[in-house]
Amino acid sequence: MSTNTSALWKQAIRTGLIGGAIVVLLALVGVIGTFKERDIISGWISMGHVLFLAPILLIAYSAARHVESHSKLVILLVGAISGLMSALVTAILPLFGQVVNLRAMFANASPDLYKILTFGQGIPLGVIILLLVGFLIGGLGASLLLLPLRARKVLSQAVVWVILAGLLRELIVVVISRWGVMAYIFRWMFAQNGLAPVGAIAIFVIIGALTFWQSGKKRPAPRDLPPHQKRKRTLVTLGGAGIILIILPLVLGVYFSEILDTVGLYILMGLGLNIVVGFAGLLDLGYVAFFAIGAYTVGILTSPELGLFHLTYWQALPFAVMVAVLAGVVLGLPVLKMRGDYLAIVTLGFGEIIRILALSDWLKPWLGGSQGIQQIAHPWIGGLELRNQTQLYYLILVGIAIAGFIAWRLKDSRLGRSWMAVREDEDVAQAMGINLVATKLLAFATGAFFAGLSGTIFATKLTAAYPHSFSLFVSINALCLIIIGGMGSIPGVVVGSLVLMGSPELLREFAEYRYLVYGALLVVMMLMKPEGLWPEARRRLELHEENELVPHEEPQPVLNNPGQLGG
Amino acid sequence: MLRTWRQRITFSDVVVWAIGLAIAFMVIYGTIATLRLGKYTPATWLDLIITGLALGGIYALIALGYTLVYGILRMINFAHSEVFMAGPFTAAFLADALVKLGIWNRYPLLSLVLVLALAAAISSSIAFLLERIAYRPLRTAPRLVPLITAIGASFFLQYTFRGLYGSGLKGFPTLEVLKGYWSLGTIHILKTQAVVILGALAMMLILYGIVQYTKFGKAMRSVSEDKETAALMGIDVDRTISVTFILGGASAGVAGILYVILFPVAHFFMGFIPGIKAFTAAVLGGIGNVPGAFLGGLILGVLESVGPSLFLDGMGIPAPYQLKDVIAFIILVFILIFRPSGILGERMAQAKA
Amino acid sequence: MFKRMFVAFSLLIVASMVLTACGPKAYQCTDALGCVDIGPSDPIHIAYALVIAGPDETLGIDSRNGAEVAIAMKGQVLGHDIKFTGEDDGCSAEGGQAAGTKLAADPTIVAIIGTSCSSAARVAMPLISQAGMVMISASNTAVDLTVAGNPNNYPGYLRTAHSDSVQGAAAAKFAFEEMGVRKAATIHDGSMYADQLQQVFAKSFKEMGGTITTTEAVDPNQTDFKSVLTSVAATGPEFIYYPIFVKAGSLITRQAKETTGLEGVYLMGADGMFSPDVVEGAGDAVEGLYVSSPDLAAFGADYVAVFLPKYSEMFGTEPISIFHAHAYDAANIIFAAIEKVAVKDADGTLHIGRQALRDAMYATQDFKGLTGNLTCTPTGDCADPKIAVYQYHVGLYPPERIWP
Repeated sequence: MSTNTSALWKQAIRTGLIGGAIVVLLALVGVIGTFKERDIISGWISMGHVLFLAPILLIAYSAARHVESHSKLVILLVGAISGLMSALVTAILPLFGQVVNLRAMFANASPDLYKILTFGQGIPLGVIILLLVGFLIGGLGASLLLLPLRARKVLSQAVVWVILAGLLRELIVVVISRWGVMAYIFRWMFAQNGLAPVGAIAIFVIIGALTFWQSGKKRPAPRDLPPHQKRKRTLVTLGGAGIILIILPLVLGVYFSEILDTVGLYILMGLGLNIVVGFAGLLDLGYVAFFAIGAYTVGILTSPELGLFHLTYWQALPFAVMVAVLAGVVLGLPVLKMRGDYLAIVTLGFGEIIRILALSDWLKPWLGGSQGIQQIAHPWIGGLELRNQTQLYYLILVGIAIAGFIAWRLKDSRLGRSWMAVREDEDVAQAMGINLVATKLLAFATGAFFAGLSGTIFATKLTAAYPHSFSLFVSINALCLIIIGGMGSIPGVVVGSLVLMGSPELLREFAEYRYLVYGALLVVMMLMKPEGLWPEARRRLELHEENELVPHEEPQPVLNNPGQLGG
Repeated sequence: MLRTWRQRITFSDVVVWAIGLAIAFMVIYGTIATLRLGKYTPATWLDLIITGLALGGIYALIALGYTLVYGILRMINFAHSEVFMAGPFTAAFLADALVKLGIWNRYPLLSLVLVLALAAAISSSIAFLLERIAYRPLRTAPRLVPLITAIGASFFLQYTFRGLYGSGLKGFPTLEVLKGYWSLGTIHILKTQAVVILGALAMMLILYGIVQYTKFGKAMRSVSEDKETAALMGIDVDRTISVTFILGGASAGVAGILYVILFPVAHFFMGFIPGIKAFTAAVLGGIGNVPGAFLGGLILGVLESVGPSLFLDGMGIPAPYQLKDVIAFIILVFILIFRPSGILGERMAQAKA
Repeated sequence: MFKRMFVAFSLLIVASMVLTACGPKAYQCTDALGCVDIGPSDPIHIAYALVIAGPDETLGIDSRNGAEVAIAMKGQVLGHDIKFTGEDDGCSAEGGQAAGTKLAADPTIVAIIGTSCSSAARVAMPLISQAGMVMISASNTAVDLTVAGNPNNYPGYLRTAHSDSVQGAAAAKFAFEEMGVRKAATIHDGSMYADQLQQVFAKSFKEMGGTITTTEAVDPNQTDFKSVLTSVAATGPEFIYYPIFVKAGSLITRQAKETTGLEGVYLMGADGMFSPDVVEGAGDAVEGLYVSSPDLAAFGADYVAVFLPKYSEMFGTEPISIFHAHAYDAANIIFAAIEKVAVKDADGTLHIGRQALRDAMYATQDFKGLTGNLTCTPTGDCADPKIAVYQYHVGLYPPERIWP
């Protein structure tokens, strides 16, 4: 028994140390300091505090998970000890900072940060409080384990919604303020910065109640419904979504139309990259090249600045898209025999080459050099010029509809199956009679088609094409959103784009740490849920072979399980 | 025989070969035109070559890290460029402290050793953590997954360091003793350049020695050959992989210090482009091959330095140096198409390239 | 979880669709563009559109810091606190469009400090101008933004930064007349700022009778310039003009001194390199480097004595880029204009007429700012028209003024 207990404490201490290290890292990187300004519950808790205390809580929870089989007291103690250790490690920062000027090295180790970490009480009182808080929160985290599953769900959902409401306060307030008098129904929930305490409690109670009621009911899983009911359900969902999509910008205003436009353009690009990476398994890091080519072609063909051509947007569009597709084929040819890692770097190189060429002095007479191409034409429909974000939103929506439809049909087509076979194992696919060259080139071409389309809309929205807009980050953004949304999954692209492209627009603090979060998300997702947030069913099966009920000697390729083809 | 030959060539092969030949032709034409123009003296060419060698030395050192990890895990460690950045960025603060204490210029060798040690330690630690946290759990996952994890880790590390040390430039102090240059007749070589080239050579020899002649190197080579069999032979595969990462990280840290000796500024983004170039160098020389990485690095450095003047100037392209990255990437594509095993070759090339 | 969010969101949308009928009432206001009404206890809302994230963030963050110093030192305007929020303009056209859209949609904003980059300004201005707001930039240098009749010139735009046409020409004059050189080379870094400057320089220099031996371009994140410099050296210039930013600029300065063939060649940068970071970054090589900048002769003292310490105290570092002083001046111009045109109500509400504010800002004359004596032209150029050339010496900041 004694060896067991020492192992327990070691576990608690170890997890506590990790938790503390995470908090210190978050503090030094500046996340806690930056989010301090954004209150969740006005005057009480800021997002900075949430980010400060949440890791301690979660680590304590996971520590307690390891000792689930023991007595209640042990669980609580383990959690509390873990929290205490985390707090101890965290306390090192302000303590050390008193003695040594950490700011010379760590830009964020400011007195303000220490104030946050010691709850404004300074040394030594603040440190004591910190340790106490750590102990309590650790215990709290562990105690969550003791609650029944339903209660846990209720609590976590309610807390998450309160945090979300606090974070998105500005968004909600802007939407509400357009309602005039009726806004007062919700207005009292929000303070100048974050939620009013009353509002927080209200949301907590409402969501908690809803979750409670929801989790009590037993509803049939979607795939178990009879087919005609399923179809009706799908139609209703799609119809409803369609109507909402159409009225969305009118309701939300120009502010959000801008965000929706960006999200929409990335959805369009994501749909294309989804085919290249998700269906065909070709990791393309230079996707921005096709985006740029679409934009620049429209620019060259419609701008009076360069004086070369003077077409309208609609006349230039097919050319631009064709050139993009051609580029897709041309850039795809050299990489046909390359796999995985090499493919990624080479395509990255291509993306950079296109950007450098667009920027270069050499091609300035045709591409505008560093000044770019300006005065790109807007599209005209009848007598109406599509010039502001709301109008262009519909253009983007049409583009997404077309692209989405093509992608959806391709997925279950022969070509789509060929892509997935190539993704699985090229040699076997070739042995089965699939023409690798044609299949891969078609993947590149289709991806380039969507990217080029997106590029033309981007150019016309901005009425300009600058080389600085076509950096590697665009490719990385597109890649992140399809992976986090779900590789190969079309709804996943939409989810990924909304979350990853929408959040930086809505939360300014997030925008500063954008790529840090993207990077962390990629790593965490790959470690825990590689199929993404809204997975494609087949993908989820592939990646979780070990979870199948029938034990295998070693993971078998999907082709061996014909019964699992559910799409 | 002609018929089987015709059957094996596809349309895409023809197009690729055509493009390749076109580029080769343009390169030769440009070279001849430049030489005919006579704008550059032999002294200038020599200068460019020496600059290229120094730059290449750094690429070579970073490439060593890529090649070691690829040899053992068949995976490009995308985050290696951040491993490269972490060491010198941190060591810059130590260097500042040494300057304040007056030790920096009084005992340059000691200072250099301290700074190198810190950089190597930090870089190795990051590499080690990377392997343990991000790569080890994914060893059996499909190809794409660890690749994406590596990309994510790369960005995460970049922006973490940006958050930690700030987004501005961190100047690295220069050593008095390394100022100026040595001359042999009309050939001038900066002292810093010489240090870099010699340092890269030394590091390469050390690593080559480790891989070829030590017991541990043997373990590394056998794990890279066949992991399962190596495990059966009693080799601790996990430990071998960890130490490989540490070695690769250490060489990146050393590369980083040499880099800031040559270009005395550190910032969070400094690893990205050298990382890609270093990968190109590793492939150029033969991935998995230590002398190959070194050779590839030197060649790439020289081509990048001399290339724009030699190939592009003659064709009348304005501002040719703006396109030097284009040259580097085209070299990469060329090598991967026409000789994927690299210059010094490497057995597993065709199957994995 | 997402499905629930989706449902909730949809309900919100449908509800708001029903409820959008009612809207807020407008105040009575005689201004042609409307008024901003600020309650007695409400702050005056100044916004910014600067590049605060991404590779160019030091430019925007530095400008924002400069403005924040101005706000901190000003305290209150007419008894109201100052609320300073803003958007990231990404130093790109799409960023400018996003920032411009968001700012233009917020009617509480009185004035905007921004954008960082000219490409953002071109796209943001139509939106901001249409919303009646006024925007004053601390770092836009593109010529077309303040040329009357140019499609990129909008009412409501001002800037405290120089137009490239002034600076580039001054640099050429300095090279030709003062230094007496006849052969110059230029290097730019692909940014619009640098490219336009070197183009203006080249044009003026050639008009005066000189020749440009070569024009090269580098990447701003590059660190190895030896090969470029060697290549430039081979063309035999007497003067190299590289109007780029601190990072690449200090490295080029350092490496130029190490390049054979460039001994005795004069090196010159533009106000992008007027920064203490150049002294640090170029070390000993900074000796003799020329740089153009607004003439700080009369007002430079305040910068070192008052501004820099306050900046350090607030942000813990020295200024990280170069347009902080311009942003400081921009903010103060806004405050001065507000103080001039704001009307205080009986109950303490402040009314600021937008057109009146614009007019007041355009009418700024002889404004003593950190960056010189500022007078705004009708098209928005407020920067001190006098450009001076300075020379760096090792360890000395600010550099020594040597011309005119």
